[in-house]
Amino acid sequence: MSGANAVTVARTTPRRRRFAELFLLILAIGVAAAGYIAANLGFSGVVPTGVLTVVGAFGALFLLAHLAVRRLAPYADPLLLPLAAFLNLLGLVLIHRLDLADADRAERAGRAAPSPDALAQLTWTSIGVALFIVVLFVLRDHRVLQRFTYTALALGIVLLLLPLLPVIGASINGARLWLRVGPFSFQPAEIAKLCLIVFFAGYLVVKREALATARTHVFGLDLPRGRDLGPLFIAWAVSMGVLVFQRDLGTALLFFGLFISLLYVATERRSWLVLGGVLFVIGATMAYFAFGHVRERFAIWLHPFDDPAGSAFQIVQSMFGLAAGGVLGTGLGIGNPQFVPFAKTDFIMATAGEELGLAGLFAILIVYAILAQRGFRTAVAARDAFGTLLAGGLSIVLVLQVFIVVGGVTRLIPLTGLTTPFMSYGGSSLVANWVIIALLMRISDSARRPAPPPQPTRDEALTQVVQL
Amino acid sequence: MNNPLRHLAGFAAVLLIALMANLTYVQVFQADDLRQKPGNARTVLAEYDRERGTITVGAKAIATSKPFDGQFDYIRVYPEGSLYAHTTGYYSLIYGATGLERADNSILSGTDDRLLVDRLTQLLAGRSPKGGSVQTTLDPAAQTAALDQLKGRRGAVVAIDPTTGAILAMVSSPSFDPNPLASPQSSVVREAYNKLQNDPASPLLNRAIAQVYPPGSTFKLVTAAAALSSGKYTKDSMVPAPASIQLPLSTRKLPNYDNKACGPNNQTTIENAMRISCNTAFAGLGLAIGDDALRTQAEKFGFNKSFDIPLNSATSVFPEDLDRAQTALSAIGQYDVRSTILQMAMVTAAIGNRGIVMEPYLVAQKRGPDLSVLEATTPTEFGRAVTPQVAAELTEMMVTVVTKGTGGRAAISGVQVAGKTGTAQQGGGRPPHAWFVSFAPAKDPQVAVAVILEDGGGATEISGGRLAAPIARAVMEAVLNR
Repeated sequence: MSGANAVTVARTTPRRRRFAELFLLILAIGVAAAGYIAANLGFSGVVPTGVLTVVGAFGALFLLAHLAVRRLAPYADPLLLPLAAFLNLLGLVLIHRLDLADADRAERAGRAAPSPDALAQLTWTSIGVALFIVVLFVLRDHRVLQRFTYTALALGIVLLLLPLLPVIGASINGARLWLRVGPFSFQPAEIAKLCLIVFFAGYLVVKREALATARTHVFGLDLPRGRDLGPLFIAWAVSMGVLVFQRDLGTALLFFGLFISLLYVATERRSWLVLGGVLFVIGATMAYFAFGHVRERFAIWLHPFDDPAGSAFQIVQSMFGLAAGGVLGTGLGIGNPQFVPFAKTDFIMATAGEELGLAGLFAILIVYAILAQRGFRTAVAARDAFGTLLAGGLSIVLVLQVFIVVGGVTRLIPLTGLTTPFMSYGGSSLVANWVIIALLMRISDSARRPAPPPQPTRDEALTQVVQL
Repeated sequence: MNNPLRHLAGFAAVLLIALMANLTYVQVFQADDLRQKPGNARTVLAEYDRERGTITVGAKAIATSKPFDGQFDYIRVYPEGSLYAHTTGYYSLIYGATGLERADNSILSGTDDRLLVDRLTQLLAGRSPKGGSVQTTLDPAAQTAALDQLKGRRGAVVAIDPTTGAILAMVSSPSFDPNPLASPQSSVVREAYNKLQNDPASPLLNRAIAQVYPPGSTFKLVTAAAALSSGKYTKDSMVPAPASIQLPLSTRKLPNYDNKACGPNNQTTIENAMRISCNTAFAGLGLAIGDDALRTQAEKFGFNKSFDIPLNSATSVFPEDLDRAQTALSAIGQYDVRSTILQMAMVTAAIGNRGIVMEPYLVAQKRGPDLSVLEATTPTEFGRAVTPQVAAELTEMMVTVVTKGTGGRAAISGVQVAGKTGTAQQGGGRPPHAWFVSFAPAKDPQVAVAVILEDGGGATEISGGRLAAPIARAVMEAVLNR
């Protein structure tokens, strides 16, 4: 394998850089606190009371996470936690800012102010960070997950199917993606996403040799054997199933992109990309002609101003918000992001674009880019193939999700309903993303940890280390 | 597995860069265009923060901004409700603006270049800039009379001052209340709009200027004008007027409404043909003078052109390349001849105004926030349609229509009224439209009116006179009694 592994491993005393993590965490909390004050100042001209309490609460929460990392994963990548915390906190500021608008609107209409969503999101943040610590505590070695390869698959499929059940399943905004029990609603696809990554990684570790070597040649193209194509078609079928039964383009695209990417990583064969691309085109074409809602999405994407007050209302309002923001944004609390439907969930980036401007969106996208880059680094540095595939899958899913949702709200691609990782309002998404960070840190901790004494193992990365 | 991972990381970078490039395009290059889009509530909102100017009828405000305690500093209200709806239009957060709210937005919002100095002065004084006001030419009495008369029916009325072109009444029925469309609550706006949009009677449509109809027999005025202008005819000329004529190059026959000849020996004078609205006589006249003469005459009255009053009117049409059968039908306002109500009011007004067509206008004055007059409309001639002699002959014929003919119900005691009925066939088994056009007093006209009632006619020519003429009379009386 490449030199990156060797370099990491060869370092005798790897730097833990935990103080860098702490410093960046404080910075993230500081920026969020400033944003919190600015949003209130901009909206009503009043500095919010209890700023110190809020800052103290976040400080305590993330300090706890930091201390847990020091103890449980001391060699883990120092950027992952602060970057995720930054996005989460910025999301909270934006949701709080939209709460202000909601409360204002309720007051003008003579209604009681709705309970602030930022408070619920704060609770979910605590649960997410707690789960982050729990995962680090319980899962001392990520390779344990490999044992649950098929359990993860079963769990993932069950989670995907749950919203289709009567009574507890619910359609929100046309996509049947939700579980509703009493006042709680939950999007199981977010958790299913995690399960499927674990499954893909575990499955491909075992099958990669067969998938990579046994081949047939057709028209000069190096193609896998027919029987090895099975899993690819299953993944494709699952994606199409999501599309057909849950009417959710975004999740379908996310799963398919994830699987093709991991196949490519595992086998190092570009033919999988070609095959995946062909299947994608076939699936997309079939979906276009078979389903009215897919055609409608396309029509809205291409010609939003044909029906700006009707079917294209959301995307048009999002575009208006972005245009109002311009390069530097209106400033927090000063724009009108509440004009965009679902501003707190699917369209949180429209809110950011309006009030923080192009500059703010660039900053946010760069934070995502760094987060993904640290994830890919972790994948490259992982000492076992399962770790590599798992970290690679977690990273690519983050990037794909950001691309699909941000591309959708900015009309680069047709709009689909996905959450913006860490920023959108919504418990399931937030919790799932904190678990992703915990897994990445677990893998990176084991990768950067001083080399363990050589053990007889069939693991490829370690075999090479021994050869050094 | 590291090379594919590097490629994937590179691919991830490409995706994020694509997002950034697209965002740059949207937020930098496309931004201005998006801000100008109709229905962009943020742009409207910026305008809501300054006091938008009033639209007035005389001294009375028909659209005004009221201080509002909430999301906006001001909200738009229309104190007269549906009475002036198609003139003011609406000013909506979601659906943009229509009517004068749209056409004179720069004055009303205060963004007009002529208000620049005013804007700067206000800004320096620490006051938020206000918009200017727009004074219409409408006559409240005529407007009210027209809306009352049309109530519950589909139709439109346009009344013009023949000597100036000032529009005294412009009513389209059913009308609508613009207030909910300008509501600060988007749910109210949306509900009201959807209801209006789904109403089969299309209340948002301005039937007075934005819709064209076959003019039917009212177009015989244009045919008569062309004939008299040719120099070959006077109103007393005898013309063929049989019970029906065979359309040239066609198997169809064109009958009179009662299937009788219009005079003894299948002949009558042009004046009598006008009085009883004789189809065969005017179809024959059209054939005799030809489609080019008809078209030239129609265009002198304003056909084949649209007008900005400043609301944009639809283009009334006298078609090109007619064969002889089509010419015969066109001469009585059928086939593909189409007219707005405004256009027929202009034809009528021009006859009353000794042959001169005036440019129609709806705005008398535009004023700055300090009430200084920025612009006052001076009446402008569109052109001469007919000579004063021809106009006088046409007037005499139209007086006969009211005193002895199909337009009796337009008569006003003590005032000489000139008028013409019309019943426009629609085809397809739908009932015809009932028309009436008139002006008064005949010698020194103060008002010219055109009225249409959609699907209002029975099968006979009488319907225009029976249904539409009383409406025209009420509007004329309202103007004359002021």
